Amino acid sequence: MKESPQAYPQGFQPDQASHMLAQAGHNGWLGLKYHAHGENWVELKLPWREDLVGGTGGEVLASGPIISLMDMTSGMSIWTTAKAFTPIATLDLRVDYQRPAKPHSAVIGHVECYKMTRSAAFVRGFAHDGRADDPVAHIAGVFMTIGKDPRSV
Amino acid sequence: MSKTMNDPNPLTPYARSLGIAVEGEENGAPKLYVEFDTAVEGRPGHFHGGATSGLLETAGYAALRARLAKDGRNPQLKPINITVQFLSAGKSKRSYAVGHITRLGRRNANVTVEAWQDDRERPIATAVMNILMVEKEG
Repeated sequence: MKESPQAYPQGFQPDQASHMLAQAGHNGWLGLKYHAHGENWVELKLPWREDLVGGTGGEVLASGPIISLMDMTSGMSIWTTAKAFTPIATLDLRVDYQRPAKPHSAVIGHVECYKMTRSAAFVRGFAHDGRADDPVAHIAGVFMTIGKDPRSV
Repeated sequence: MSKTMNDPNPLTPYARSLGIAVEGEENGAPKLYVEFDTAVEGRPGHFHGGATSGLLETAGYAALRARLAKDGRNPQLKPINITVQFLSAGKSKRSYAVGHITRLGRRNANVTVEAWQDDRERPIATAVMNILMVEKEG
């Protein structure tokens, strides 16, 4: 993830950025996959895996991997909206859990970047396990751009 | 990963797979840590925010479990929400986390968690969690 904005002359394309997910690192360890995107939103998929289940029994994905899924989906929604890869840092991320995911179910994260300022990006989204109208969680987050002096932008 | 009943390790399969382990305690709450490794790496040389969140959340549950065990309770725990504040970048070194029970009710617990690296007084991230407790039938 060392690309400069120039690496995407046509803008950041999340469906062509699978190297960000397949790379060695936390996203690769989780096995996150590209799912879909629009102008200001991205969907990534977290496949079910036995060693990612939580402690409540029932072969259900733990909440930790879902936070990671939503954090990465948030970042990709910001780069998609900005049409450039710019280094960002999560400032604040809130996750409200509506219900556990179904046993052995993959979880899809959907995040839109609804507002960008010079130094902050605001995101909101939800996670579901098959039906978008019956989410397992909702999220809201704020990210800051890093690597630049905000006063110079 | 084998799943054995009555496993003395209180950590979930997810937490163990990520490399989270227990090292002592602080005010009765287990002190957890995770080594920097490719499984937790986001931006090169730094912790992924999701991995830091996973460590915080696991420490929050561990703190609550320890307190409930002391009180002779063993309810099922269900997450309601978590809000994570990222204070500074997690560097390529071991990260610690410990939870603190702010309020323990009958059905809900409010838990705050801090994660740090070298300096206990300089957290890299904090979290607030609400956890629902469902007493088992019996």
